[in-house]
Amino acid sequence: MVDAKGNAADTPLRTLVTVAEADFDIGELQVWLLTGSGKEGAVATFTGYVRVDGDGMQCMELEHYPGMTQSAIEAIVAQAAQRWPLLAARVVHRVGRLHPGEQIVWVGVSSAHRAAAFSACEFIMDYLKAEAPLWKKEINDAGEHWVEAKDTDSERARRWRGNDGE
Amino acid sequence: MLRIVFFARVKEQLGCSQLELEWDASLATIDAVQEHLCGMENGQWREVLSEANIIRAVNQTVVTGDAAVCDNDEVAFFPPVTGG
Repeated sequence: MVDAKGNAADTPLRTLVTVAEADFDIGELQVWLLTGSGKEGAVATFTGYVRVDGDGMQCMELEHYPGMTQSAIEAIVAQAAQRWPLLAARVVHRVGRLHPGEQIVWVGVSSAHRAAAFSACEFIMDYLKAEAPLWKKEINDAGEHWVEAKDTDSERARRWRGNDGE
Repeated sequence: MLRIVFFARVKEQLGCSQLELEWDASLATIDAVQEHLCGMENGQWREVLSEANIIRAVNQTVVTGDAAVCDNDEVAFFPPVTGG
């Protein structure tokens, strides 16, 4: 990706988005963000876990829209790469049945400097939560229910508009 | 032929994950497709499909407003997203 801000200009952007049932190894993912160019000065990552809520939740089911979930996240990554001079970006989102304590999502970006890495990682996660077609259903002793979308999630994505994040 | 797909709560409430509709000029916009679906199952689908916060997509891209729908398109209806 040629970037007007400079230091990623002669290194092709490395990106990969995975939507799958399989668990992931954070160490392997982080190494993948190092492109071999030696230009990475910063890697920022986010890991989301299945959290126990107050209702005795046993597990959750993550549903996705095959094809669209991946392309929607790829579009979010592309937006981040236009805003910040990234070297690599990777997103993994799990689907299917997940239990408390399990990893559910991972976002990682590398860049020359920390400001871009921090901002791009948060931007990708905020937009993923607000826009990627994924739905959580919680299963507990009493039965099951779909998680309701939170206004705070769409607000977090909205605040990036009209703000270059730097 | 239009391919119609539903996800998550919408899919469960309708008891249907996908169906096919013969396309004709009366189904040239997503509002028209949605209204047609609302009339199915003796109108029992209307309540689910007329929820104000329902999200609509054509060919796996979310649309706002009354987007065009053409033959062979894939049209999706789903609730607000809760991933991450």
